[in-house]
This record gives sequence, C-alpha cells and structure tokens, in this order.
Amino acid sequence: MTIWKNTLAGATMAVALSFTSVAVVAETPANMLVIANRIDDIKSMDPAQSFEFAGSDVNQNVYSKLVNFDPLDFDKGYVPDLAESWVVSEDGKSITFTMREGVMFQSGNPVTAEDAAWSLRRAVILNKTPAFILTQFGFTPENVADTIKADGNTVTITTDKRYATSFVLNCLTATIGSVIDMKTAMANEVDGDMGNGWLNTNTAGSGAYSLVSWKPNESVTLQAFPGYYGGAPTMERVIVRHVAESASQRLLLEAGDIDVARNLNPEDVAGVRNAPGVKVQEELKGRLMYMGLNQTHPVLSKPEVRQAFKYLIDYEGMQNSFLNGQWATHQNFLPKTYLGASTENPFSLNIEKAKELLAAAGVENLEVEIGVREAQERIEMAQSFQNTAAQAGVKVNITVGTGSQILDRYRARELDLSLESWGPDYPDPQTNAGTFAYNPDNSLEAQGTGYLAWRLAWDTSEFNPMTEAAVQEVDTEKRIAMYNELQAKFRDESPFVMMFQQSEQNGVRDNVMNFTTGQAISAADYSKVTK
Amino acid sequence: MADQTLRQWLLTDTPTSRRHAKLSAIYQGWLSFRGNTMAMIGLWILLALVGIAAFAPILSPHDPFVQDLGNRLAPLGTESHILGTDSLGRDILSRLIYGSRITLYIVALVALIAPVVGLLVGTVSGYVGGWVDVVLMRITDIFLAFPRLVLALAFVAALGAGIENAVLAISLTAWPPYARIARAETLTIRAADYISAIQLQGAGAMRIITRHIWPLCISSLIVRVTLDMAGIILAAAGLGFLGLGAQPPSPEWGAMISEGRRFILDHWWVATMPGLAIFTVSLAFNLLGDGLRDVLDPKGGE
Amino acid sequence: MALAENEGGARNRASLPRWVTATLKTIGSIAVTMLGLVFITFIIGRVMPIDPVLAIVGERASQSTYDAVFLQLGLDKPVIVQFAYYVWDVLHGDFGMSLLNARPVSEDIARVFPATLELATLGVFFGIVLGVPLGVVAAVRKGSWIDQVARVVALVGYSMPIFWLGLMGLLIFYGMLGWVGGPGRVSIFYEDIVPSVTGMILVDSLLDRNWTVLKDAFSHIVLPASLLGYYSLAYISRMTRSFMLEQLSAEYITTARVKGMSEWDVVWKHAFRNIRVQLITVIALSYAGLLEGSVLTEIIFSWPGIGSYITTALLSADMNAVLGGTVVVGLVFILLNILSDLLYKVFDPRAK
Repeated sequence: MTIWKNTLAGATMAVALSFTSVAVVAETPANMLVIANRIDDIKSMDPAQSFEFAGSDVNQNVYSKLVNFDPLDFDKGYVPDLAESWVVSEDGKSITFTMREGVMFQSGNPVTAEDAAWSLRRAVILNKTPAFILTQFGFTPENVADTIKADGNTVTITTDKRYATSFVLNCLTATIGSVIDMKTAMANEVDGDMGNGWLNTNTAGSGAYSLVSWKPNESVTLQAFPGYYGGAPTMERVIVRHVAESASQRLLLEAGDIDVARNLNPEDVAGVRNAPGVKVQEELKGRLMYMGLNQTHPVLSKPEVRQAFKYLIDYEGMQNSFLNGQWATHQNFLPKTYLGASTENPFSLNIEKAKELLAAAGVENLEVEIGVREAQERIEMAQSFQNTAAQAGVKVNITVGTGSQILDRYRARELDLSLESWGPDYPDPQTNAGTFAYNPDNSLEAQGTGYLAWRLAWDTSEFNPMTEAAVQEVDTEKRIAMYNELQAKFRDESPFVMMFQQSEQNGVRDNVMNFTTGQAISAADYSKVTK
Repeated sequence: MADQTLRQWLLTDTPTSRRHAKLSAIYQGWLSFRGNTMAMIGLWILLALVGIAAFAPILSPHDPFVQDLGNRLAPLGTESHILGTDSLGRDILSRLIYGSRITLYIVALVALIAPVVGLLVGTVSGYVGGWVDVVLMRITDIFLAFPRLVLALAFVAALGAGIENAVLAISLTAWPPYARIARAETLTIRAADYISAIQLQGAGAMRIITRHIWPLCISSLIVRVTLDMAGIILAAAGLGFLGLGAQPPSPEWGAMISEGRRFILDHWWVATMPGLAIFTVSLAFNLLGDGLRDVLDPKGGE
Repeated sequence: MALAENEGGARNRASLPRWVTATLKTIGSIAVTMLGLVFITFIIGRVMPIDPVLAIVGERASQSTYDAVFLQLGLDKPVIVQFAYYVWDVLHGDFGMSLLNARPVSEDIARVFPATLELATLGVFFGIVLGVPLGVVAAVRKGSWIDQVARVVALVGYSMPIFWLGLMGLLIFYGMLGWVGGPGRVSIFYEDIVPSVTGMILVDSLLDRNWTVLKDAFSHIVLPASLLGYYSLAYISRMTRSFMLEQLSAEYITTARVKGMSEWDVVWKHAFRNIRVQLITVIALSYAGLLEGSVLTEIIFSWPGIGSYITTALLSADMNAVLGGTVVVGLVFILLNILSDLLYKVFDPRAK
C-alpha cells in the first residue's frame, strides 16, 4: 500500500514538475555513443555460441581475435590482432601464430597463447551453432588437443587438408575466433560447461569495451576498457537501445536523443536526409535475397521453368521503388566485395520470354505456393512477383509466417517456392559456394538441411567437384577464375533465383565520425568513433 | 391504404393474439428507434457498407490488385486515385471497397459466436450457481486469465492460417468477458422479487434464464459488443500482421493499416484511410448499439 | 469470480469455520485455475508449428548440435512427463531458463512486468479519474451536448488504431513540440542511475529521491499512459453511462426526487452507490487487460513490457518464457478478481 501511496504522490509531483519546464535535451553526452537498433535476436554473448547480428556487434567490441579487420580500412583484408605474425608450414596444413606481447584481458590477466588455443578448442568441444566454421577444417572434440596447440608464445593449428590460407584466416575473423580469458571463464564453470552458462550473459575479453549490462529486448551497455592494447576508445560508454519501429528511430534521431539509427526503412531514410544535423551512411552488406524453386515439384524442376522464373522478377521495378537504396539487383551467389564475386546481372523482367520458356516446357495453369517470412519488404517482394507471374499465367499463392515457421517448412522441403535471404558466415567465397552450389547427398535421408541446395532437393553433382576444387586452390587468381566459372554455370542452371544484395543505410548525427557496421565482412566497431 | 391498416393493426392497444402483441411491440420499438437520429445515422452507415460490399465490382474505379510501381504512394486527390495509392501502386479506394466484404464477414461471424457463448455460460452460471457456477467460472477464468494474443495465435497456429480460423480464434478469446458481465447481471437480477415470484409460479430454470434473464442482460452485452467491434477488426488485423490472418494481397483493412504504418510520417494517408474506414464502421456500430439499447432495454427506456 | 458466495442463510453460522473454508476454497480455486492455465499453455507449446530446437540453434547448426539441444530440452520424454517436471519446477519457484537468451525466465519477468505494471496502473488511473465522472455526467444529462461530447470522445478513443494514434502522438508531442520524452522508459543516459528496488522507475526514483530521473521518467511515461488511459476511459465511461441510466430510471430514484432530495445526492449517494459493484468488475477487467501488456503500444514506445515479451517468446517458440509470462499474467488477473470480489461483498447491498 505504501508503494501505491508513493506512486500517487510521485504522479502528482511529476505532473507539477512537468509543467515547470518544457526543455528538450537535444544532444547526447559527448563521451557517449547512443545507438537505436533491433537487438531482439541476441541469444547469447558467448563467442562459441553467439551467431546473430546484434550479438556479433557486441562481440566485435568486447573480444579481440588472432586476426581481425581494420575498422577504418576493410579493403586491407585481415590484419594482425592478438597474433602479431604467422607462418604457414611447407605442406600448407599448419599455421603458427606468434602472440603479441603485453596484452591484458579486462580482468587484468595477461593474454597468453594458451588462452587463444583454449578458446578455439572450447568452441569445437562445445559444438554450438557456429562450430561448423571451425570443424570444416577437420577439428573434432577428440583431436583438438593435437590439432590446436599452444607452445610458449605461439599457437599452432593443423587442418586435415591443405586449404587456401586466406580461407582459414578469414574464418578466424568470425565471432567464434574470439579469444576468451580462460582463467575467468573456468572460474565460473558449472558442470563442465567450460563457462558457457556464465559467458552467455557475461564477457571475458580483451577488446576495447567490456559489457556492463544486457537486458534482452531492451538494451546493451558497454564501458570503455582503458587498458585496451589498441588505445582506449574515445567513447567511454556505448548504449544500444532496442527500438523496433523505424518511425520511432527516426523521431529519436531527429530530436538528437540518439546518435545512430540502424533500422530506417527507405521512406524514413529519404525523410532524415532532409533533417538538419543528420547524415545517411551507406554500407554494402553481404546479405542476399533469393527465391528457391523446390526440385521435388514436377514442374518447377524443369530446366525451362527455372529459367522462366528468372525472367518473372521485376528486379528494376522493386529496386527503384520500395527497396530503394537498401536492396540492389544482384544475380550471383557471391556478394559483391567477396573474392571472385561476379557482377553479371543478365536477367530482367521479360514476360514474353518467360511465356515462351513455359510453353516450351509444356506448362499450363501452374499454381504454386510461396513461403514468406513476416517482414513488410518481403511481403511486398512476394506480391510484386505474384503480380508479374500472373501476367505469364502462373498463379502464386502467398503464405506468410514467422521466421521459424517458414524455415521449418523450407527445411522440410514442403514449400514450392521460398523467398529467403542468406548472409555469409565468414568473409570467404566458400561460405556461400559451400551451401548454394554444394550438396554432397541429395537423398531425403541425408537430412543435409545445412545446404541450401539440399533444401531445394537440387542434385549438384556437376557443381560439387568445382566447389571442392575452388576452396583448396592456393593461387588467388586461379581461385577467382574458378568462382567466376562456378557462378556463370549457377546463374544459368540453378533453381535459385538470386535477386538482391543488401545495403545498410544508417541515419547518423553528423558529428559522429568513424562509425562502421563492418560492411559485408565484419560487425559494428565502436573503438574508433569520435564525436 | 393497406399500409394504413397494417399500421393501425400494429399500433393497436388490444392485441388479438400473442403474435400480434409481439409484432406490435417490435413495431413500436422501431418507431422509437427511428426517432433517434444518431442511431439512424449508424444504421445508414452500416446499410451503406453492406451495399458497398455487394456492389464492390461496380463501385471500385480500379482493380484492387493491379500494381503500378511507377505510381506508388501517390498522394490524396491524385487523378484517378482519389485516395492515393499504396506501396505497390495499388488504388487505395478500390482496396477499401473490396475490403468492406472481408470486414463484414469477420464482424458478422464474431458477433454471432462470442456473445452468444458468453451469454449462455454467464447466465447459466449465475442463475444455477453451486458447482455448475464453480466449474463454468473456473473455465471462464482460465480463458480470461490468458493473454488474448497467445490464445488466438496458438489456435490459428494449430488450425492453419486464414481468415476463417482467425475469426474462430478471436471468438475464442472474446467470449469470457461477455460471460462475466452476463453473470454479474444475472446475480443482481436473480435476487429480484419478480424472479422469485416467477419461480413460485413454477417456471423452470431454462425458461427463467431465456425469457426473463437474457432480455435483461442484453443491454449491457450490446453496449459491450458494439464497443468491441473496432477491437475485433483490429484483432483480425493483428493476426494478419503476424501472418495468421488474411493472406496478402487480400485488401483486409487492418492489414492495410499494418502495411501503411511504415510510411506514417511522410505518407500518412496510406495507413490513415483504412484507419478512417475502421473508425467509421465502428462508430456506426456504436451509434446503432446505443439506439438498440434504448429500445431493447426495458429498464433504460425514458 | 465470487468464490465463496454462498446462499443467504449460511452467513449466520459461526464465523470462524466459514472464514476458514472460504479461504481454503479460494486457494483451491486459484490452484485449479493456475493448473488449467499452465496445462493449456503447455499444450499450446506442443501444437505450435514451430520447432523450439531450431529456434535455439538457428538454421546453420549441424545435426549433432541439433540433437544435443533436443536431448537437453528433454523433448524425447512423453509430454505428460515433461508437464509434470515443469509443474514441479514452478512449484519450487523455478520457471526454467529462457530457451532463447539463456537466462532464468524469472529474472526476465522481474524486469519486464514492473514496466507493464507502471504503465497500466497510470493508464487505468487516467481512465478512472476521467472516465467515471464523464460517464456519470453523460447519463445525468442524457441527450445534452455533454452527452454527445462524451460519446464522441469515447467512440474516437475506441475506434482509432492505437499505433496510428501512438505514432502521431510521438510525432506531435515529442518530435514537433518536445513536450514529452521519446520512446523508452527514461532517456538513455539516465539508464541504470537509480537503484532498482521495485523495477518501476517512477517509484524507484521517488524512493531514491532523484527528482531529475523522476521527471525524466514521467515525461516518457505520460504519453503511452495517456493513450492506454484514453482506451480504458472510452470503455469505462460508456459502461458507467449505461449503468447509471439503468439506475436513474429506477423507481427509488423517482421516489427520492419526489421526496425533494438534492440532485447531487440523488446521483452520487443513491444511483452511483448502486453501480459501484458493476463498475468494479468493469474497472478490474479493464486493468487486467492493460496488465496483459499492449503489444503495439509497447513496440512503438520501446517499452520493454510483458506483452511484447510473451509475444516475442511465443513467435520464437521459447515456451519456458511463454509459460512463465502466462503464469504471471494469469496470477495477477486472478488476484485482481479476488480483490474485486471482496469489494463486491463490501459494497453490494444485495449480495449480502
């Protein structure tokens, strides 16, 4: 009851107070970076488990890795981080990293080679979602003791086969390559979980920031780590607040209550361009939008029909209207800026051509179902397609569902058509080639749900050897040529209608400098931001 | 002339039969209802809605599904698109006209299911009392205590997406409040002297409930149902928003608002026009409901 | 709910045993309702066509990762066994871990529920303070301009899509005029300044005597609370009017008027006194509805409340979180009903 009384008293007092002042705070504090973003996808802070966008953003700032990207110059590719240098063995299977000296974790413990080796071994042993990034090199919980070893100041990793060095190192720049403070983590171990339970909600890294608090669906607060080896960051505190609506983000940004708005839709981007004190920053991302044709469908599996559907998408119309600035036409499975990415876009909306192809295949009165995740722009893409397909005599029924619902059906090969997006897991062409153009066993029993080609029941026996060869090619020029060939064949024959590549448009207050969301290859980095 | 006689027959003070008396009562109710301007406005709006729904193909200037990406988000008053166009360049007016069919369908079904179930459960529970009351109220409480969206979502998820299942799901979540109100009313009525009198005359429970308690509960229920109409339309839209209601490209009004809310700061009319449509219809229901209450409620009359 | 509402004669018996049985009955019925609630929610978790394991591990996970999580969740056991385990844990105050953010559900709920409680309480407060007088006046002056204004105010409030009203409100009062705070419970730089005691920022800042934060928090809550208040106002005022009209046409009112009683006394001392019972039910229902959390309001105002918590959890098949949230919302609802029943008995001359 006293709480009640207090509430009432407080309400009365607050009414009185609110009339005495109408001042608006028009700026965030100078040493604080405030970001509005959708962070409801964060499931864990543990680098061995975290696999979502907003989670990667946190990890990028909290943990250092053996190799990483320079947030001010991504074109350089991977650069030394905690590893000062590395050498590749003669057979190309082993890489030995020499650790940087004198680096401290946020706990005050020194960063050692053993911490780095343990972190990688731990990720393999825990076998959480992102573990495949490491296990594809042949690491298993049984052999990690031999294949990932620390010796004095060096860490040596030994892969099962010879791979392109760039491929291995690119994988180590992913979140799962984060170096964890072993002593702190193991002090919080419960039932042999290697600190997983504790690290889900706490952090033990050596990056520029430490985690102060994470309130799911509400906010993430980071505090600068003064002892960061790369120099203490200017922004002493970074707060990421969950703001779901684009319109709300825009209002906050225009009022100066936040510095960065990360989920503005094209109309709101156009709106903030005219607002004083706000700039729009664009970064090409690696995410691709595509439509998959289920090959168990008797009609959709005909080569002419696959071709025809590629002519039934109004690429240009969508790109210039409701997708404006955020998704651009891209008809290849490797995103632009990736090694070997092709920029050929041979298809455009051509109803006549599609009709001819459909007639050639003897298709009449085709009626198909397309599964779409509940997101306005995707629903509009589907409706645009529905409209153009109808002009060629194909009836499309749209089924909208939550992400997991649609994904479940996609993976079970139940949908005729799937409108889906795919983001690369690590910045190497293999990340997409290995799923779009690779399917070792197309049988239903194989349950190769991790391969997109399997989900479409597409037999890739002609593509498999090409994909395998490309990932093992050490000569970069040759590797590029191989990927170009692979993409050309894929464009022509595959049941994937590759449609768009994402561009992220962030609304940023114009005094904020050096803010990046990591482009197509990394995550957001706050360590160099100034205001 | 024949009309005159009918009128006189209906207005008689000395009804010749039960049926005659009943028809006479209804006619007199209609006369007093007709005198209520606001209620008549509500009735006319709803009749107009039915008319619009029936003649949608004739009335709408465009095909509601035809897209024109080059002419998207056209403002109000654009030539040949009086209410503008939506994100895919479809004519908003035509979509609203076609959408009236879906709205009527949803409203009619939910209004038929939920209050009837609620009334039945509530009055039986309140009148019979004892363990029947305990059991029925426990069930009502369980449903009432449930977050409504969870229940609706689960129901639709189990049966599959679509407008019919959405209607059932909404009805499932909508009946418990009616049951509670009906029960509360019954409890106060039950204690009344004239009910005891009827009981003494040997009337059965079912007869008392249907003949004497239901008519008295109806006034609060009608107020509640009419007030709920907008909520029902919006609930259907909410399910559509989560992909469990009307499937695109269906021009369901609530879904149209959801689609349009992305542009609310710069292209406000895209969400506002269907919002106004919903507003107008629920206003009409409210006005009508108020008028009906005055007529149907034997206590509330002037 | 009127749990222990007995036949009139029973109340003359010895008071202690009756008091005891009534209490036991109440507790028993709460238990039954809660068990039913948990069971239905549990079944919902089974029929939802969403794979919880997939929701946790995501689409990239290998089959072995998937299998490990499947076993970890105990999904290989029969449903009834899983249900028994769950009830057992809940009875020990353990709602389990959220499947999606790997935290104890109780911790999350302790964070999100106060946010909703704060908003709903202020909202229903606005609704009662404005709605009841409006409804009474509208009934007394039936047909007058006041009645018409009250009608329009209520109908508009009831017929507007809340996210439209919310966004427009934000645009005008926050974006253009700067009178209120933006989305969120406090301005971001005041986050975590006041120690969390109740979880309700208004109360916490008051306890801490931190007037700056109090003022800031109030400027953030006033708009969403007014919106929710508007909605409950619409409902409360319409129902009040309806109840009052019923009373005002009753015979005893005519008698009172004939006796020369002042209009004020007729309205407030007689008619209003008799509608309190019905009004309490209406207000309780309205408050319970707000406590369930208004998902759209919470989304627009970035209000981390229980409505969006449960919805998010449901859509990602985080059934532990859904169960926890449902149990809490259900419990609050039931307690509110018991309270309204008690008041029922205190106020209603006929129920005695």
